[in-house]
Amino acid sequence: MASSPFLSQIPINNKTISFSSSLSPAFPFPPSTLSRRKRNPNALRVQAKIREIFMPALSSTMTEGKIVSWIKSEGDVLSKGESVVVVESDKADMDVETFYDGILAAIVVPEGETAPVGAPIGLLAETEEEIAEAKAKAASKAGGSSSPATPISPPATSTPVPAAISQPPPAPAAPEGPRKTTATPFAKKLAKQHKVDINKVVGTGPYGRITPADVEAAAGIAVSKPSVSPASPAAAAAPVKPVASSSAPPPLPGSNVVPFTSMQAAVSKNMVESLSVPTFRVGYPLTSDALDALYEKVKPKGVTMTALLAKAAAMALVQHPVVNASCKDGKSFTYNSNINIAVAVAINGGLITPVLQDADKLDLYLLSKKWKELVEKARAKQLQPQDYNSGTFTLSNLGMFGVDRFDAILPPGQGAIMAVGASKPTAVADKDGFFSVKSKMLVNVTADHRIIYGADLAAFLQTFARIIENPESLTL
Amino acid sequence: MRDLQNEHHMKALGLQVAAAGYDRQGVADHANNLATKIRNNLTNSMKALGVDILTGVGSILGPHKVQYGKLDSPGNIVTAKDIIIATGSVPFVPKGIEVDGKTVITSDHALKLESVPDWIAIVGSGYIGLEFSDVYTALGSEVTFIEALDQLMPGFDPEIGKLAQRVLINPRKIDYHTGVFATKITPAKNGKPVTIELIDAKTKEPKDILEVDAALIATGRAPFTDGLGLDSVHVERKRGFVPVDERMRVLDFKGDPVPHLYCIGDANGKMMLAHAASAQGISVVEQLTGRDHVLNHLSIPAACFTHPEISMVGLTEPQAREKAEKEGFEVSVAKTSFKANTKALAENEGEGLAKLIYRPDNGEILGVHIFGLHAADLIHEASNAIALGTRIQDIKLAVHAHPTLSEVIDELFKSAKVKAHASGPIVNEPVAV
Repeated sequence: MASSPFLSQIPINNKTISFSSSLSPAFPFPPSTLSRRKRNPNALRVQAKIREIFMPALSSTMTEGKIVSWIKSEGDVLSKGESVVVVESDKADMDVETFYDGILAAIVVPEGETAPVGAPIGLLAETEEEIAEAKAKAASKAGGSSSPATPISPPATSTPVPAAISQPPPAPAAPEGPRKTTATPFAKKLAKQHKVDINKVVGTGPYGRITPADVEAAAGIAVSKPSVSPASPAAAAAPVKPVASSSAPPPLPGSNVVPFTSMQAAVSKNMVESLSVPTFRVGYPLTSDALDALYEKVKPKGVTMTALLAKAAAMALVQHPVVNASCKDGKSFTYNSNINIAVAVAINGGLITPVLQDADKLDLYLLSKKWKELVEKARAKQLQPQDYNSGTFTLSNLGMFGVDRFDAILPPGQGAIMAVGASKPTAVADKDGFFSVKSKMLVNVTADHRIIYGADLAAFLQTFARIIENPESLTL
Repeated sequence: MRDLQNEHHMKALGLQVAAAGYDRQGVADHANNLATKIRNNLTNSMKALGVDILTGVGSILGPHKVQYGKLDSPGNIVTAKDIIIATGSVPFVPKGIEVDGKTVITSDHALKLESVPDWIAIVGSGYIGLEFSDVYTALGSEVTFIEALDQLMPGFDPEIGKLAQRVLINPRKIDYHTGVFATKITPAKNGKPVTIELIDAKTKEPKDILEVDAALIATGRAPFTDGLGLDSVHVERKRGFVPVDERMRVLDFKGDPVPHLYCIGDANGKMMLAHAASAQGISVVEQLTGRDHVLNHLSIPAACFTHPEISMVGLTEPQAREKAEKEGFEVSVAKTSFKANTKALAENEGEGLAKLIYRPDNGEILGVHIFGLHAADLIHEASNAIALGTRIQDIKLAVHAHPTLSEVIDELFKSAKVKAHASGPIVNEPVAV
């Protein structure tokens, strides 16, 4: 579907890009180079007559593309300039033309699969004889390449679930000998897509026909979406309840596998990384009556508990710089000149840590204002990397849920993280033996023992407690 | 239904739709109520115009004389100055196919949607078959096409047909058998499914036997002209169709027009489309009221209401090239894609193609074919141009509102390369506003 460039104010340019190139990878791809090459085709005709069709870079930002559909099929004769395949770039679908005449010998990357820019997606043979050679090449390439182009892998929506066979394909006795295997149109399509031999699939549909579910079971794929079915008028169609599947053992039948979003993947990566750091934990009970009283006073001015705690932590860190340090290479202290308190926030099924930079230098009200801005930006997914990567100490508060104490995991690149619980009225005895009820709040700090030792941490906590219990200094 | 189910499409637009379902009876009722409503509207309009409606089976007794009444009963005789036959057509069922109205159906039954089969075979891949495949796949059925010719969708321009296949058939749960006839179709009974015996269209050898849940016969429509009494005016039907000339006058066996007798619509077989019948009727009425009129059938558009729609007017590319060779002129083709259209992109329905076949020497439009969103509405600019004999160079500077889909047609005209110049500037007296 080539279209000529036409006069349009709309900036989207529908120029089709034509190219396939010979095997020598030294040639850059920009069309200008190709048009130059057009004049000397013979000079560039390298020994191989089988040309690879590469995934084109359809925009400067594109790193990989998805094959929307193959316009031509294996075995089709191609003439120069004909559209061969439709590729989805980050902006639009583009028709890709072939630069050479020939026969489309093999499709290396089938429809629906992605390939990185520059990876071969198809092979063009010049003559019929070379088709077999090209096919062999395609098979070897598919086996050896690390790109996700293997046509063999089932294009399941999630990581291949081996347990689709938790509903084992029903093993009935062979159905009352239908003369031929009848398979529904969609079953045939799926069989082709997943390279299942349809003749070997047992049909469980009416009259023994092979249904799409049979093919999917044979291919080892969990039946993904429910097919369209008339909803019974009485019941509303209930969406499938997503049951989080446990990690390594095969998920239970009825569970739903949902792949990580990029945020969740990042969190997972960080947490796993933290396993390589030796950590220890120290807890401290704080009396939070004074803090609570202060909070009531400053709440109408827009100050949140987060800001109060962050300010207090920052002030304590001024006096204990080692707790604000980190161990980047395992053999040295990296003392940070700024005190940037990252605060853990749960948003939209994810976790992010916006950073209050120079928390010790800003006054409480400014800190609160900054915090509010950061939260809004986080919700709108507008945080810049320095808004969440620059933390030197992290604060995590689960008190709002009533949690009294918990252990936080140390984020990579930091020395310590403080976990704050709820303040609860507790009966305490003082040294004279008198009982009173005070609001007690438990804080627990996890720290990297390569740089922060027990005494350091305890001292820090003592300072922190003193600030919290005499909070007038916070408002300075 | 298809849109709501298309999670990918919805997500791209930023929408979340909980699992969408449908109630078959509700869908069927909507269709039937619609048909009834339209029929009533039409009847009322006619009554309002002073039309007398006589109900019964009619047959011609002689010039100016018509008898009507119930079947097999004498009935009444009326006389009229002019008689127009517009008895239409019925679905054509080839022999060997047994229709039971439940598992083997025609388009008439299908419109009632009494059931949605899991797997339905559609015999015939013309626009009727295509439209029904669109409906059935949206409601969750799987479809198998059975086509006698070697190409699916034979009546369409081949390039459009290929694109339509890519969009309307390949990604859907549809497969097909081409070059085969269905010689025998047996409805489902006694626990056995509908069986279809296929033979090769050329060699007539048995090819395959299909077992499906239902079969839809969409092999075309046959004229409904039995018992019209045409013998009394010496008219011979050709394969059931009433022969007419370009003015819709019925021709007798000698080829002379029978005075005061006309035939319009599917019954004459010239162009079996509702709006063509309507246009033919208007042409006849013009003549009856004293103004001669000959309908240019090449300017009548046709549309296929799939999603996306297909529409066309004029000649297909092969037909145009054939004509060009015979008459010795050049043919050029201009194409635009819906992907470049702002409105189509906003709707995330960029899949589409518009094609203009024209004469580069004088700018005459030979044919326009559109496949895409609202194609059936967009074709009229082109069909109007053909009807008025407008040349491309005269129409290409017209302005189209933005953002609309009509800009696809605008781009089409603008990208045509015509050697002739626009015929003299239309004198525009500056209008004082």
